[in-house]
Formats: sequence, structure tokens, C-alpha cells
Amino acid sequence: MAEKEWEPKIVAFCCNWCSYGGADTAGMGRFQQPSSLRIIRVMCSGRIDPMHVFNAFLEGADAVLVTGCHLGDCHYVNGNYKAEVRYQFLEEMVKQLGLEPERLQLNWISASEGEKFANFVRDVTAKIKELGPSPLKPEGVN
Amino acid sequence: MAQDESITGTENAKDIRIGVFVCECGTNIGGVVNCRAVADYAATLPNVVHSVVNKYTCSDAGQSEIKQAIKNHNLNRVLVASCTPKTHEPIFRACVEEGGLNPYLFEFVNIREHCSWIHMQDKDSATKKASELVRMGVSRARLLEPLQSNEVPVTNKALVIGAGVAGMQAALDIADMGYKVYLVEKNPSIGGKMAQLDKTFPTNDCSICILGPKMVEIARNKNIELMTYSEVEEVDGYVGNFKVKVKHKPRFIDTTTCTGCGLCVQKCPVEVPYFEFNEGIGTRKAIYVPFPQAVPLRAVVDKSVCIDCGACIKTCESHSINMEQKETFSDIEVGVIVVTTGYDIYDPEPKHDFGYGLCDNVVTGMELERLLNASGPTMGKLVRPSDAKPPKRIGFVQCVGSRDKNRNRYCSGFCCMYALKDAQLIREKYPDSEVYIMYMDIRSPFRNYEEFYDRARDMGIKFIRGKPGKVDEDKNGNVTVRIEDTLTSNLYNLELDLLVLSVGAVAGESSEHIRHLLKVSRAADGFMMEAHPKLKPVDTNLDGIFIGGVTQGPKDIPYSVSQGSACAARATRYLAQGKATTEGITVEVDDDVCVGCGICVPMCPFQALSLVDGKLNIIKALCKGCGTCATACPTGALQQNHFKNEQLLAQIRGAFTFEGE
Ligand SMILES: Cc1cc2nc3c(=O)[nH]c(=O)nc-3n(C[C@H](O)[C@H](O)[C@H](O)COP(=O)(O)OP(=O)(O)OC[C@H]3O[C@@H](n4cnc5c(N)ncnc54)[C@H](O)[C@@H]3O)c2cc1C
Ligand code: SF4
Ligand code: FES
Repeated sequence: MAEKEWEPKIVAFCCNWCSYGGADTAGMGRFQQPSSLRIIRVMCSGRIDPMHVFNAFLEGADAVLVTGCHLGDCHYVNGNYKAEVRYQFLEEMVKQLGLEPERLQLNWISASEGEKFANFVRDVTAKIKELGPSPLKPEGVN
Repeated sequence: MAQDESITGTENAKDIRIGVFVCECGTNIGGVVNCRAVADYAATLPNVVHSVVNKYTCSDAGQSEIKQAIKNHNLNRVLVASCTPKTHEPIFRACVEEGGLNPYLFEFVNIREHCSWIHMQDKDSATKKASELVRMGVSRARLLEPLQSNEVPVTNKALVIGAGVAGMQAALDIADMGYKVYLVEKNPSIGGKMAQLDKTFPTNDCSICILGPKMVEIARNKNIELMTYSEVEEVDGYVGNFKVKVKHKPRFIDTTTCTGCGLCVQKCPVEVPYFEFNEGIGTRKAIYVPFPQAVPLRAVVDKSVCIDCGACIKTCESHSINMEQKETFSDIEVGVIVVTTGYDIYDPEPKHDFGYGLCDNVVTGMELERLLNASGPTMGKLVRPSDAKPPKRIGFVQCVGSRDKNRNRYCSGFCCMYALKDAQLIREKYPDSEVYIMYMDIRSPFRNYEEFYDRARDMGIKFIRGKPGKVDEDKNGNVTVRIEDTLTSNLYNLELDLLVLSVGAVAGESSEHIRHLLKVSRAADGFMMEAHPKLKPVDTNLDGIFIGGVTQGPKDIPYSVSQGSACAARATRYLAQGKATTEGITVEVDDDVCVGCGICVPMCPFQALSLVDGKLNIIKALCKGCGTCATACPTGALQQNHFKNEQLLAQIRGAFTFEGE
């Protein structure tokens, strides 16, 4: 059998109420996706810690997705606004680390937006396949 | 619970004993993922002492197996790799608790929605990914800690928002079960859309005749405190303990003395050319009684048009008019909330669907209901708007605003049936009329609905399968509809006196406001989203908050009433038990590490944090466990239980391996 095409590894932080539900809805709708995604569930996008995102890159993530409820829909009033502020800091960090900006993405996805979730995963995976493995990925790590 | 004590922060890594249960979910997972291989792989991971495959882990047999394994293998962590925690986490937490473990020592890995169902064509990759997801879960499970969920007392009162037929039913049922209900309605009268309808399918009984007595029952019920012309402004708290601020808009009437006699209305000189209750047809006065059967039967002043002439004040025998009235507020406390805020009718005006808004004699279904209604603007005499002449040839266009990719994709469910109803009513009242229904499909499920459709055909109503193209109106007000009958391929220029658009339902603007306040999820169609499409149709993802009627999606009256009752039953469970359990997942501060910087304090949207004498104080009852503050803590002193830094970092690390590992 031919050698399988390289599959990037993408870590997605999802909030329990919206984007995690969006991933569930994508599954229920059987929206097929590349097998690149590894979801870390947190209660709210406000819990997504830049230090954790940084760590994901250091461990070997080819991309990291920060996701949550649409602005105004956060179950804890405004956690996603805080996530957005922290995200700006992360964007700066990604630049400093010399990573391509596409390796870090922010998206607000509701629990009903299964198709949007699936398309997001497809698009990011395709982009990362073009870019190849992250320069921060430690040697020999998969 | 004795087992809990041994699993504390001081336990040794080598003492951790994890049991892994990989579910095949019949073929849902097993048909794609090689579950045996996943379980075998899990068995090689550190601290995993037991790893098996189940056909259905959540079944009785599967759950017994977990409980048995906890005993037989002395497990102190349980990991289930199956479906989604959104539906099954409570089930498995309860199961491990029955098995003698703290429920928070359970880890959930989703290999169905997030794996087998989205990699159906690539079994190898799916199996590899499932193994990795389990590895991530095992890494996290090792660091899980026992937590206590809190039991909170429940305020034994309910709030129902929206008094259409669904909300009325919910309020009556809860009240009849012996609990106090606040029923908040934004309009001056209760009743919702059903109060506007002429007759109701499939029996064609008079709508207000069956609704009216129920409305009176609401007003009479001692357990119901009715707040009309009122809106929910703020909601705070959680299941069992919601604090709600309700705004009462000024009616400029003392409702305790007003008798609803209507003398004031006769004297008012201001004619307003838009009567909401009649869908804008006809006029009303600046002071008006919403409709003859309104509850409460009280006048209301529209200050935006009132000229302050004082005519009404002079005639009012009970001295009930008070133009100085201000808006007031009530603060109420309730244990549960039922949302039944209904829907808006699709508005064909902005896009001029089928000439609406351009042609006088193109009306909506609801406008027709008012024109047919004996207490409507024409006393039930059907006339066309352009010249008030009785129409002879009437056409209905189905699916306006529904089943249309450029409008709304969903079917509104009730418009076929109401068109069949109104067409029959017209044929009954005016036997020499000609009635056409232009449709894509007629949808008539449920008891006596298909028979109702047959009856319409038997009555000589003509059906043309197709969607009209061009609609024109000549200067005499005659409407020409161009349509192809897709069954015969015949092209018609249908000459009509009146064209009725069977408009559907759209998510209500004021529902959306409530949805935001309460943080209920929104489904793709814009209506509020239930917790589970089949098993929890009136629950939301929020404990203690329920949705029913068209708020939850388009449906007819019988279905709305059923959901109203369902909401009452689901909500009253909390009131009857008198207690609810809240999440054990809150934040905790390590006083030795905390430097009292206070950065976290403003992060909390619920004011759970404060600095007291330079030390962080957490009010646990206010913390909802989002973890936003923990992320802001610069020292790591503040940690969110169950989502601690080391737990999340371990899970992230678990996603990666060295080659050959
Ligand atoms: C033209 C037409 C004809 C129809 N004919 C039939 C028929 O013959 N038979 C049948 O079974 N069904 C019929 N229907 C469907 C029927 O209207 C609905 O099934 C029914 O009205 C749903 O009731 P509800 O209580 O869910 O919503 P609604 O009737 O919309 O009631 C919602 C209530 O909540 C209030 N509200 C909204 N927002 C707020 C807020 N923020 N705060 C406080 N209160 C709020 C509203 O003012 C309203 O009183 C018809 C529909 C149309 C459009
Ligand atoms: S986790 Fe922190 S920010 Fe969130 S509710 Fe609790 S105390 Fe407030
Ligand atoms: S809960 Fe989803 S972003 Fe806060």
C-alpha cells in the first residue's frame, strides 16, 4: 500500500456550550472531515490559556484553533470577549515565534453549526498541508 | 464515599488504577473504529489496569460491567470512550458513583461524533485517532481529583415568559400542581397568535371560543400572578435560585378599577391608522381595549399618539385613567423558568414576495384570518383591501418564506393546514367563490389532518402544483398570477380578486432578546435549541430553563399545548424535589501561592471574587465555573477544578508521541 499522505495534527480548544456542540453536530450530520483534529474541551473559551496554546505548539501541534460561542452568546456572559483579547496576544506570540499566521485561528461556532465546524476543519487542514509540519515541532514527534 | 478519601492530592502515581471501556455503540463506532485495537492499545498505557470493549457501554449490562470492574480491579479512575459528554456524561458519572467512586473521577472520550461518524471512509485513520483520543483522556484521567457537587435549595416558584397558548398551558399546569407561577406577557393581553385566529384546523372550531375560557382561567387562578404589558429585564442566578427583574410598562390605566367598558375609547378623537391586533387593517384609537375577549379586559393608552386632550379622563366613571403613570419594576425569585415567547410571522414586505406591499390585494394569511373573523375590522365580511368589494376568485400561495433557500429552508408546518382551513371557510361562507391553492407539496400528518385535506378537495377547492412566477395588479385591483402546473405542464395566467400568501413562522425578535438574556442556544433555523432533539425536546442545556411552543420551532396549536404541558412537568420536578444539584466545578485558590494582586477579580462576570484583607475571597455559590479568572491568574494560585493547568496540559501532551512510542 502506498505511503499515506502526511496528516497534520491540529489542537482545537472548544467551549462546552457552543463549539464543542458544533463538533458534535458535525458528527451527527456525518460531515466527513480529515482526521487531523484533537479537541480539548473547556467550559468556556475564557478558560483558554495562552500558555496552553503555546504548549500545544511546543509539544508538536501544526496548528491551534481557538473556538467558542458567537460574541454575545457566551454562557458566562462575556468569556469569549476575554478569549478574543488573549487571542490578540497569541497572534503576536505566533509572529514572534516565526510561525505562519495561518497556524493559529479563531472561530466562533454555535452548537448548531455542524457544517461550519466541518468546513473549518477541512479548510485549516488543507492550508496546513500546504505549509507542512510546524517548524516548532520537535524532531520525531507525531 | 469511603473510597474518596484515599484518592486525594497526595496519592501516589503508582496507586492510580484506570479502567478503560471502549464502546462499539453497535456499529455506530464499531463499524468504523477497530475498538478491540483501541482497547488493546489503551491497556499498554501507564496506570491502565483494565481495558475492555462493550457493545453498548451505556446499557444496563455495560453499566453493571463498569461497577463490577471498579470492585474487581480496584479501579480509582474510569474512562469511557463512546459518544458525547453532552448527553452521556451525567449517566456515566452516576454509574461510577453507584460503583463507589467520586463522579468526577470519570473521564469521557468522544470517539463517535468526533471520530467514527466523521471518518467513515477511512477506518485505519479513525482507529488511530480513537487510540490517540483515548491516550489523551488517560493522561488527563490520571490527574483527576474528586469534587463535591453542591445541593442547593430550590425556590418553589416558576416564571413563565410569554402567554400564548403554550405559555398559558404551562402556567396552568404548574399552578394546578400547587406552585406559584409568575406569567409575564409583553402585550396588553394574553392569548398570543391564537387569539387572532378565526377558526382552528382540523375541526374548524372558533379559536377565541376555545381559548377565551382558558384565558379567563389564567386570570382566576390563585396560583398565577399575571403580569401583562411587562417584560423581563434582567436574569441572574442559576437553577433553583433565579433572580429576575420584570419591567411593567405604563398602561396609564389603574387596572384595579378599570372595568374595560370602552366609553373612553368612543370619546377619544385620535384615530390611529394601524391596529396591531388586526394586522394593521382598520384603525384604533389612542386609548383602546386590545380586543373584546382580552385578559385583562382593560384599556391601554398609546402615548406615542395621545394628544393629551383629556377627553377620556372626563368620561371615565371609575377615574381609572392616570396619565402620570411611570414604568415600574418587580424583583422576583423563582426556581425554574419556562420560555414560551412564540414567533414572528414571516414578513413578505421587504422583498415584495409575490407582489406583497406593491399590490393592494395581496395579503398574508394572518391578515385573512382577521378579515374572516367576526370581531375583526370587517365583522367577518370578506372584502379585498383595494375597494372593499367581496372577492370572488381567491388564490393561496404556499410556502411563502419557508422551504426556500433564499428565505428560510425549513417547513413552517402549519401553513398548509391553515390555507386548507381558510379555503374551506371561504367556500362555506361564499359558495359561489372560486378558490385556488398553489402548492409544492401539501403536508398534513397527524389525526384528521389528511381527512381535512380530502374534505378541501371534495369542496371543490382547486389545487395547482407549482410556485407562481410573476404577480401583477391592474388599476382595478385585479391580480394576475402566472403559474405553471408542474403536474400537467400547463401554463396559466390566473385572474384573481385576492391573493393570500401562506406565510410561515420566523424566530421572534423579542424571543431573541430573551434567548440572549438566558443564554439559551440558537438552532440553525434561528429558533431556540432544545437539549436533545428526541429525548429532551423541551429542556435546554441550562438546568432549570425550558422552552415550549413555537419558540422552539414552528408547530401548530395541539403540539404547542403539549409542549407547554411538557415544560410544566419537566420544570415542576425541581419544585417538587425542593433541591437541585449544581456543578462541583468551581475555582479554588491556593492561599500560600496567591499574592493578592486582584487581577482575577474583574474577570468574573458574576462577582464571585473579591479581595478581603489582601486575600482572595471566593463566593462558591456565585461561581459558575467558567474558569476565565483562573486563566488570568499570573501565579497559578487560582485554579479551575476539573480543568486545572496540569490536567489540560497532560491532555494536550497526550496528543503527541515520539515515533515508535
Ligand atoms: C395565519 C395563521 C393561521 C394559523 N392557524 C392555525 C390553526 O388553525 N390551528 C393551529 O393549530 N395552528 C394555527 N396556527 C399556528 C399557531 O399560531 C401557533 O401554533 C400558536 O400560536 C403557537 O403558540 P405559542 O404560544 O407557541 O406562540 P405565540 O402565539 O406566538 O405566543 C407567544 C406569546 O409570547 C409573547 N412574548 C413574546 N416575546 C415576549 C417577551 N420577550 N416577553 C414576554 N412575552 C413575550 C407574545 O406577545 C405572545 O403572547 C396559525 C398560524 C398562522 C400564522
Ligand atoms: S470560574 Fe472564576 S470567573 Fe468564572 S464564575 Fe467562577 S469565579 Fe467567576
Ligand atoms: S461558553 Fe462558549 S465562549 Fe463562553
